[in-house]
Amino acid sequence: MLAIVDYGVGNLFSLAGSVRSLGCEVCVTAKAGELAAASHILLPGVGAFGDAMAKLESTGLVPVLRAQAAQKPLLGICLGMQLLFEKSYEYGVHAGLGLIPGEVCPLADDLADKTLKVPHMGWNALDIVPGRENDPLFRYFQSGEHVYYVHSYYAKHCAAHTLATSGYSLPVTGAVRSGHVYGTQFHPEKSGDAGLRLLRAFAEL
Amino acid sequence: MLTKRIIPCLDVRDGRVVKGTNFAGLRDMADPVEMARMYNADGADELVFYDITASAEHRALFTDILRRVAENIFIPLTVGGGVNTLADFDRVLKCGADKVSVNSGALRRPALIPEAAQRYGDQCVVLSADIKRVGGAFHVFARGGREDTGREALDWLGWGVAHGAGELVVNSIDTDGVRAGFDLELLDAVAARCPGVPIIASGGAGRAQDFIELFTHPGIDAGLAAGIFHERKLTIPELKKALRAQGVEVRL
Repeated sequence: MLAIVDYGVGNLFSLAGSVRSLGCEVCVTAKAGELAAASHILLPGVGAFGDAMAKLESTGLVPVLRAQAAQKPLLGICLGMQLLFEKSYEYGVHAGLGLIPGEVCPLADDLADKTLKVPHMGWNALDIVPGRENDPLFRYFQSGEHVYYVHSYYAKHCAAHTLATSGYSLPVTGAVRSGHVYGTQFHPEKSGDAGLRLLRAFAEL
Repeated sequence: MLTKRIIPCLDVRDGRVVKGTNFAGLRDMADPVEMARMYNADGADELVFYDITASAEHRALFTDILRRVAENIFIPLTVGGGVNTLADFDRVLKCGADKVSVNSGALRRPALIPEAAQRYGDQCVVLSADIKRVGGAFHVFARGGREDTGREALDWLGWGVAHGAGELVVNSIDTDGVRAGFDLELLDAVAARCPGVPIIASGGAGRAQDFIELFTHPGIDAGLAAGIFHERKLTIPELKKALRAQGVEVRL
C-alpha cells in the first residue's frame, strides 16, 4: 500500500489515479498510523513553500515523515520535493524538512537566458546525470524522455544528490535522491507514460 | 528546452463533446471521458475542457465527468467555462483540474484574476480571450463570442498578465472554425505585448502546415484545436512527426 500525504495542499486525484492505474493500492491520508503501515510514501505539493510547510507542521506529521523516511521509500513531488531540502527563499526564508542537503531558490535569478519565461512550465527532456543511469528509479525510463514541469523556484547546491536535470539555459534540478528519499521537481503523474513508468519503478523499490 | 505543446480542446455540453464553427451550429461529437483517454494515449501534451452548459443540473454532470477524466488521464488538464468566482475555481480544482481558464467571468469582474492568482498561484490562472477585429482594432468579445465588450484586446491581456494571469489562450473569432491557419497577426501582437507568459494559439488550425507555420513565430508556446483532432482529420502522432521533421521540438 502506497500512502499519499494529505495535508490540504492541492488536488490528489491525478496522483492517486496514476498510482492506481499501475495496479497499486493507494490511500490518501493524514494519519501517522497509515503512514507507518504503508510500504511507500508520496509527498505531493503545490503552491508556496512557506504555506505548505506551515500546513504540514499543523498536521503534526513532520516528525512522522522524518522517522518514516529512514525506513521506507519516500517520493516528494514538485513542491513536495522542495520541502525535502533544508531551506527555501520563496517569499522569505523558510526551513524545510532537511532530508536532503540543498536549498530552493528563484529560478529567474539564475537563468542565463533572461528571455525565457518563468514559471518553467511545460514538457522538458529529463537527462540522467552520468553515472546515475542505474538508479532503480530509472529502471523503465530512458534519459531524454520528456516530463512535465510547473515551477518558479528550483533546488540548488545539491549536485551530490542530483539524479537528473532538464536544460533551461541552466541545468534545472529534476530528480534527487538521498538514501530512501527521492524527489522530482516535475510531475510524474502529469508526465504521460514516461511519468507512469517512473512511478512504477518507485513503487517497486 | 521546453517543447511546443499540442492541445486538443473539448467543449462539453450536457455531458457530450461538441464543436462549433464560428461559435454557432454545435454538433455532437463523442463521450468526453473516452475522448480524453484517446488523446492521452495519442500523445496530447495537455487537454482543455470547456463547460458550455447552461443549467446547474448539467454543471453537476460536468464536474462528475471532470472527476472521471482526471482519474483517467496523466497529462495536465485545464478547465474553463462558467468560471465566475473563487468558488468556481475551487469546484473545478477539487475535481482534478490543474489550471483554470477564465474568460467572461473576468471581463465582468476583473478582480477575479488577482484574487485567484493570490490564492492558487499565477500558474493556475489561464486568461482566455475571444478576439475579433472591429474597425481595424482587436476587440475582446464576451459570452462565447456573441457580445462585443468594446475593450481593446491587447490592453486587456496586458492588464491580465500584470495582475496574475500565468498563461494566455488567444482565440481568434475571425479564424475560428475556418481552418485556414492561425491568426498570426493577432498572435504576434499578443506575443510582443505579453512576452513573459506562455501563449496558446487557438482558432484556425486546419492542417499540420498551420502548426508548422505557427511555431516559426517566437513567443508562441502551444497550439490548440478541436474539430480537426476530433474528426481525426489530423492525428496528434502525425502532427508531431511533421513538426519534428521541420525541426520543431515536440514530445513524441
